[in-house]
Amino acid sequence: MTTATDPATATTQVYRVYIKATPEAIWTAITDPEWTNRYGYTGYSHYDLRPGGALKVVPNEEFKAGAESQGFPCPDVIVDGEVIEVDPPRKLVTTWRMLMDPAMAAEGFTKLTYEIEQHDGSCSLTVTHDLAGAPTLAAMVAGEGEAQGAGGGHAWILSDLKSLLETGTPLAG
Amino acid sequence: MLLGMADDTDLHSVFRALADPTRRFLLDLLFERDGRTLTELESELAMSRFGVMKHLKVLEEADLVVTRRSGREKHHFLNPVPIRLIHDRWIDKYTERNVSALLDLKNQLEEPS
Repeated sequence: MTTATDPATATTQVYRVYIKATPEAIWTAITDPEWTNRYGYTGYSHYDLRPGGALKVVPNEEFKAGAESQGFPCPDVIVDGEVIEVDPPRKLVTTWRMLMDPAMAAEGFTKLTYEIEQHDGSCSLTVTHDLAGAPTLAAMVAGEGEAQGAGGGHAWILSDLKSLLETGTPLAG
Repeated sequence: MLLGMADDTDLHSVFRALADPTRRFLLDLLFERDGRTLTELESELAMSRFGVMKHLKVLEEADLVVTRRSGREKHHFLNPVPIRLIHDRWIDKYTERNVSALLDLKNQLEEPS
């Protein structure tokens, strides 16, 4: 039964973007480290694409240098998690933990779901982030720290991904 | 066709959806607390259930609201991506800096002392 303070839905964030690309191209852009390094926060996302397989996001040199120049010691793995469900090129579910910041790392694993659906002439990509127990990470992925240089979160990543897949170049910056 | 024009058609429904104060209020409610049901949203408005449904439908068609089912409940989530697309495509980086300086000033001046 859902009440006015249902914690599960109140801590879930949902993002959707339409991209003029094939489901396979979008799948590759999410799961291939050479692609993930080209948009949003960049970094090489390494997935072992089977249930129980590992997820590790490794920062590139530029990202590392940038973080360190702002006074954040940058770990060798900035995000880790485990693959829960994989159905290429339609659905990918993983656990997801941010390791860049000790407060976020201490919040533990969240759950991230990617869903790709084909429509007329384009595909929708829906990102559902279940952030129960992770208020600091929730603020970051909602883009609340953008003015302080923490990036614009999922909405920004998806806008950049759309730009990259449709025009061949990410947005400025 | 120019590349920019394709964006205009995509975003037409977003501008139309945002033009109505009730729909902006519904988005504000979801911003405050996401994932609400129709019944929860309806309780915040002096409007019939049918009226609220109609507004939510326009927001869904513009993709500003995405719904998820869990059991018998349908939950409404604010999707900020269409607004982000407007921001990223149309707001020049340098303009943005000036605008945010002006917004800071506005906030400071309007802050009750």
